[in-house]
Order: sequence, then structure tokens, then C-alpha cells
Amino acid sequence: MPIQVLMPALSPTMEKGNLAKWLKKEGETIRSGDVIAEIETDKATMEVEATDEGTLGRILVPEGTADVAVNTPIATILADGESAADLANTDAKTQPKTEPTVSRTSSAAPIAEARPANEGKPMAASPRPGISEDPEVPEGTEMVTMTIREALRDAMAEEMRRDDDVFLMGEEVAEYQGAYKVSQGLLQEFGARRVIDTPITEHGFTGVGVGAAMAGLKPIVEFMTFNFAMQAMDQLINSAAKTLYMSGGQMGCGIVFRGPNGAAARVAAQHSQDYSAWYSQIPGLKVIAPYSAADHKGLLKAAIRDPNPVIFLENEILYGHTGPVPKLDDHVLPIGKARIARTGQHVTLVSWSNGMTYALKAADELAKEGIEAEVVDLRTLRPMDTDTIVASVRKTGRAVTVEEGWQQSGVGAEIVARIMEHAFDYLDAPVMRVSGKDVPMPYAANLEKLALPSVAEVVAAAKAVCYR
Amino acid sequence: MVASKKNVAQPAGSDSKSQPPPSFTREQDLHALREMLLIRRFEEKAGQLYGMGAIGGFCHLYIGQEAIVVGMQMALGEGDQVITGYRDHGHMLACGMDAKGVMAELTGRRGGYSRGKGGSMHMFSKEKHFYGGHGIVGAQVSLGTGLAFANRYRGNDRVSLTYFGDGAANQGQVYESFNMAQLWKLPVVYIIENNRYAMGTSVARSSAQIDFSRRGVSFDIPGEQIDGMDVRAVKAAGDKAVKWCREGNGPYILEMQTYRYRGHSMSDPAKYRTREEVDKVRHDQDPIEQVRNRLLAAKVSEDELKKIDAKVRETINTAADFAQNDPEPDASELYTDIYR
Repeated sequence: MPIQVLMPALSPTMEKGNLAKWLKKEGETIRSGDVIAEIETDKATMEVEATDEGTLGRILVPEGTADVAVNTPIATILADGESAADLANTDAKTQPKTEPTVSRTSSAAPIAEARPANEGKPMAASPRPGISEDPEVPEGTEMVTMTIREALRDAMAEEMRRDDDVFLMGEEVAEYQGAYKVSQGLLQEFGARRVIDTPITEHGFTGVGVGAAMAGLKPIVEFMTFNFAMQAMDQLINSAAKTLYMSGGQMGCGIVFRGPNGAAARVAAQHSQDYSAWYSQIPGLKVIAPYSAADHKGLLKAAIRDPNPVIFLENEILYGHTGPVPKLDDHVLPIGKARIARTGQHVTLVSWSNGMTYALKAADELAKEGIEAEVVDLRTLRPMDTDTIVASVRKTGRAVTVEEGWQQSGVGAEIVARIMEHAFDYLDAPVMRVSGKDVPMPYAANLEKLALPSVAEVVAAAKAVCYR
Repeated sequence: MVASKKNVAQPAGSDSKSQPPPSFTREQDLHALREMLLIRRFEEKAGQLYGMGAIGGFCHLYIGQEAIVVGMQMALGEGDQVITGYRDHGHMLACGMDAKGVMAELTGRRGGYSRGKGGSMHMFSKEKHFYGGHGIVGAQVSLGTGLAFANRYRGNDRVSLTYFGDGAANQGQVYESFNMAQLWKLPVVYIIENNRYAMGTSVARSSAQIDFSRRGVSFDIPGEQIDGMDVRAVKAAGDKAVKWCREGNGPYILEMQTYRYRGHSMSDPAKYRTREEVDKVRHDQDPIEQVRNRLLAAKVSEDELKKIDAKVRETINTAADFAQNDPEPDASELYTDIYR
């Protein structure tokens, strides 16, 4: 049966084109790959190559015809042994032999249907179900006071003892013992095979880590600071976060990217950015930003065991802070669960990471003035524990978010939106945000202090939403 | 030693190019013909389906470059990994992935390798050790280096074949990867498929060093230029490079000199080169014609070759039918596979 040549779509958006020129005549022999015609699209003139072999039987659309719709038969090709007489049969059935079953417009429709009715549940994609409460710490468990730096080191060491597939790579993590001494002693215990100094090559070693994770290993990739991870952003987002989805669930990667995030002290704009908002926007990533020593340990262990890519945001200022950590064989905390760090009934303060420092101090100040603030430590930014925030706001009717990052499109903005969606009727005042100022971080000590949030600002905001 | 310092990054035309490649047995030639025809017919069909609107988005065809993946695959052992960029259909078929699953992914159907969520540029098969299918130019180079890292970490003797083009060869992370691969002696063969054009920019207009086998010189990575249109030359080079890696000597670079007959993608009018240039390569160097001619000279009948082609066409037609009739993914798939 003669083969019909259809008007091809030469770009994703093309619907019709002009048949500019025929380069083959009726009766001419055609080989696969021969250019048979030229077509003008809105973008350019394109050549049409034959994919079938035979003889050009009949030209159905003469050259010079404008606006020929895609998929219109433009010619017929006769296979070996067929003659012009066979064309009569084809002309009778004008349906092309291999008609596409689904047109572009109809294939778009099911996607719109697929979107669930919103019903105030914008986070349908988040792995909310199955998140448990913190496990009970048994009565009488010894609490060990340690620095956050030590809590992180212990978490890594415990997981590396537990699983040979876990290893640490990054700049200065091995012989130097960590730029901030977080990996102290790991090289000595685990050796150079599992504690690996990389060259200064963030984009490259992030890709190497993701590739190793795709092959089934469980890398911990340390960034000396997340400011340097901007060089690796493509691998973090396009490779680590999206591959599971793009592979239909076949090829994921369990990997932890960790290191200090946000402002340290007097290191100016390029070393001081808070990336909480950037990473928390990405489906496919989990984002953890803890405050207490116990949470640093329990959540880093959970992150290392998690089969997904996890961004673990630490804070340089907090490394030296100490706190009690339960002395348990296996202190693992749930990812995606906020913690009520202080209970109160007048106003909810929501924060995470070093923002908690301002929030907790402000709560002390407010208590002196008779305002009992409830402080929610988010701990995980993605998936965000909306339930805990909303439950607190329904109780207090007032909320303030506290973050070191910028306001525009920030995590605070996201929290405000969720409170508005889920607890609007419970609010007694508009939610306020305390944040880093909308400037690159300055170097001068006085300016740096002004650029960061302060306890006084949190106190003022809390009083404002309480109309005091 | 398979290679030594002195043949690190030789200039073009030396050594391997001047000597004829070791000949294939009749069985090897028949195998190569079948595999290359499968890719070519698949790509022709994909082009046709794209023209009919059944395939959306971008679609980059491999026509002209078939000898590279087919020859390299003949040099691999079980468990060796393959990773490449977005011009990936040929690599998947050569790895033994099912034409139906690949074609159904192109049409965005549930039977596609990524269940319709990846498309032409993003497919994977753990079973066949194919690690994608990556849409960002050059990203697969550090990922492939990571696969090699995992091999070394585990102490097995598997090798990672990391493919990229002459365009990707100008990305920074390629050299970051070269450095780490040589520093840690990772078993990775970097295969640079030099098809002379990075989209519409010729090698001469984009590259200060157009001898890509020399791109590893400052890391002491040995490299060779290979006639990528001759499947025998590809396999011989692959054997040597894979052996080098498997024996723990670190990475190896193979520049495969090749040519793509079609545009960069389906919507590329290819005005940056002449029709004559394309025709000359097709006429003089076509990888499939080379094998066909050898087989005909070895008294394999035209009839037998036609039968092979007919069988391949049948496979492809079955794949195309499946790809057009398989249902689209269920709406619930929108929210699956984000986390596991």
C-alpha cells in the first residue's frame, strides 16, 4: 500500500506551514534521508527528509501552497513493486496509515483534570502522611551536654559505623578535620576511603556525589558554606532533586548535603546568605534547619538514612553552642515535624535554625511584660509542619515569623500564606515578619548588626500583633 | 600496560587512525548491522512520529552516530555502566533497553521507561545499567564520574562509560571531573562524541583546542582520536580503554569523530552547514553502509540483508504502534515519585 507523506510539525508549537518547494518530481526515486521538499515555518525554512524509500507517486499539495495544516497528506510514496494504479486505493482512503492517536490539544486536557481540587491543601505533593511524633526519651535517660559541632560529628560517626555505604566528602573534611572542625576524628576512625578530601570544585564533587548516590551509595557532601553551593546548584536541583520523578521512580538518590548556611560574623555579602527559601521551594528535596544540639544529632541521623536528597542547613554561629543530647544508642528524630520549644497562649513565634536564638530571647523579654509567647521551632522547612503552626495560631490568634533571610519570597512569607489559608478566621491581627533586611550583608560591624534581625525587633513585632 | 605516558593525547591522525582496525568476524558484523539498523530505523520512526505530533518537546536524533554506541557496547562487560546526555535513544537501545518502552516514553505514555514523566531526554534503566538520559549539557560527566567513584569505593571492577559531545566538552565541570577522576584513579571512559557541531556552532567556532583527545593533557589522562564511523575501530578503542580502566589505571578519553545527519533537534533547520557536506559523509562514511558492504563482499546475500532490515522494521513498527496506543499516565501519577 502506498505510503502517505504528511505535513510534518517541525517545532513543538507549529500548527501549519507553507509548502515552499518540491525538490523531487513525481516518478523520481526516493531514498531514506533524501530531502524531498522545503517548508517554511514561522521560524525558518526547513527541509523535509524522506523516512521511507520508493518512488514519489503523487504530489498532493503543490508548491507555493500556504498554511498547510500539520498532518495533511502532502504526497504519496510508492514502495518497490507498486505502481500509480495503487494510488487510487489510497486516494479513496484519505486517512493516513499511521495517524496519531492523540492530538496535542487533547493530550493536555487530562493534566488539568489531574490537579486536585485545591481545598486549601496546596502541599499535596509533600510527604506529609506518616510523619510521627518525636520518639519518647525513656525516663531517666542520661543527658550529655555537648556542642552542636560534636552532635553533628557523633551523628555522622554513628551512621558510618552502622552502614559501610555512608561516606563523607568535601573540602578539608579529612586531614584538616573540617574547616569548622565538624568532622574531627572521622578520618582517624574511618580512614581515607570513607572520609574524602575533595579539590575545591563544588560543581564537580556535587555531581560525583549524586552519581555515587544513583549507584546506591549514601554520600554526605559537606559544603564549607552553602554560599559555595551556588556553584553546584544545577547538580543539586536538576540532578539530585528531579531524577526520581523524571525516571518514573526508578532512579533516585539518597544523599545529604550539609554545611553552614546564612550569616556568620563579619564575612560580608558573599559569605552570609541564607538559602532556606531557595531550597525549600524545590519538590524532590527535603530541607532541614535545626536549632538545638539534640535536634542536630537526631535529624542528621534521620537525613543520612533518608532515601531522598536532603539539604541540611547548619549555622556557623551555632556550632559552638552547647545543649543536652540524650545518651541513647540510636537517637533518630522524624523529618518534617516541628517542635514546640516553649508554650504560651498570647502569641506564636515561628522560627528555625539561628532565628530561634532571637525568638527564645524575645519570649523571655515578653514574659517580663506579661505576654506568654509560644515558640515553634520548625526544624524542617520541607516538608513543612503546617499542622503544628496552625494549631498554635488557632490557640494564640497571633503570630510573628523570625528569620535571618530576606523577606521577599522567603520562608516567612510562606508561613504567613499557610496561616492565612488554614487559620484566617482565628487571627486577631495580621501576621508580622521579622527578617534580615533587604540588602546584601554589609561588612562593618554596626551595619551588619542592623542588617540582621534583633531581639528588640521580635519583641516589638509581638507586642504590635498583641496591640500592646 | 595498555598505554604509556608517551601516547598521552596524541595529535590527530596518528597511531590508531593510520592503521586499519582489526577486522570483525562475520557474526560480529551481522551483530553490528542489526544493532545499528535498529537505532537508525528507530530514529527515523521517531522523526516521523514527531512530524505527526505524536512526540512533543525536544527530540534529538542519533542518525549517523550509531557505530559509537554499538561498538562501545561490544567492549563492555556485565555491570558496566552507561550514562549520556540528551541525544540518548541510541545509547538506550544499545544497552538492550526495549524499543517499545523507549518509544512509549517519547510519546509520553504510561508504558514508557519513565512512565511518561521524563520524555526523550530523561530515561533510565537500573536493570540495564543505564543511568540516563540527562538534559543539562555536561551534567552527566560528573555524574558518570560518580558512578566510577562508587565502583572504586566498592572495590569491584566495573567501568563507567560517560558519553558527552563536543559542545559539552567546553563545560567547566568536565574538567573538574577529569581532575578528580585522575586524582582518585576512577574507572571511567570519557567518550567525546565529536559530531562537529554544538547545536549550530561548529567545533572551530567554539573550541580553542579542537583535538578533543588532548582535553585531558593537563591531567595526564591518555586520549585517542577514533574514527567513530567505523564500528570496528570503535570496538578496538573501547576494548583498550575499558581494559585500562578495569586494571585500575584511572580514566581514559576517546574522541569519537562522527557526524549527525539530522539537525540538532527536530526544529533545527540546519542552515549552518551545507547539504553537500551532509551528503558527502552519508555517501562516503555511513557506518551502516560500511558494514553492509563488508558483508556483501563476504558473500552474504542481498536477500539476507533485506531480511534483517525487514525484521528490524517490524520491531520498530511494533514499538511505534505500542507507543501510540498505550494510554497516557493516570492523573494520579502527577503526585507520585517525588519522594520515596
